Amino acid sequence: MTKSELIDAMAARSELTKARAELVVNCVFDTMTDALERGEGIEIRGFGSFTVRPYKPYSGRNPRTGAPVEVPAKRLPFFKVGKELRELVNNSRHLAITGGDDEDDDDDGKEPAED
Amino acid sequence: MTKAEIVQALYARVGGFSKKESADLVDLVFEMMKETLGRGEKIKISGFGNFVLRDKRQRPGRNPQTGDPIKISERRVLTFKASQVLKQALNPRSATPPHSGAASNGGSVSTSSTGGAGSAATSSPSLAAAASTKA
Repeated sequence: MTKSELIDAMAARSELTKARAELVVNCVFDTMTDALERGEGIEIRGFGSFTVRPYKPYSGRNPRTGAPVEVPAKRLPFFKVGKELRELVNNSRHLAITGGDDEDDDDDGKEPAED
Repeated sequence: MTKAEIVQALYARVGGFSKKESADLVDLVFEMMKETLGRGEKIKISGFGNFVLRDKRQRPGRNPQTGDPIKISERRVLTFKASQVLKQALNPRSATPPHSGAASNGGSVSTSSTGGAGSAATSSPSLAAAASTKA
């Protein structure tokens, strides 16, 4: 499911037009992004929580060329799945995983190996 | 931040919804995401990140308290992979912007990031700009 499919599903489930549903979905993720930018965690009961984790600078290597690179200190968002959703997901094991390829389109893979 | 604050933001930023409607809509967003993940479908929110499902095989583990060997059963897990746009929003200066538009925005965010309210106010337009260069 992509964001636009989520918007379509929202519109279908509620009384909203797609335009209004888009405003709602965008507002939710913009608000969450703003909180993370401030370094603030987000807790959604039954879903999970997002925290911002600081990472120290380290010297790594470009996995493709082996050239050394200095990775500066950074902050990364971290998601911890909530109990209810964790169980929901685990209980879907008998179903195939769907929703497109594993490699996402948003990422350009420029970031050196991490996590 | 809790769901109540997201509801408040929706009520304040998007006109035409009562508080009750705002609360129901925010609930609906997370409910639909839960339903989707609960039927084995991953979710990609461009500009935010991907909620990815992975099947893990059974593997040996240890009780961290006692050191006793235990069996970790096979399971399906959910992981979140933040988008480059979100990572850059959290790291305005150190990020290497792919396009010049994002670069100028990154600069404006970093200067205002010391003032809490200021950074919150400027973050949305800069994100929108960054997202549009990605799209």
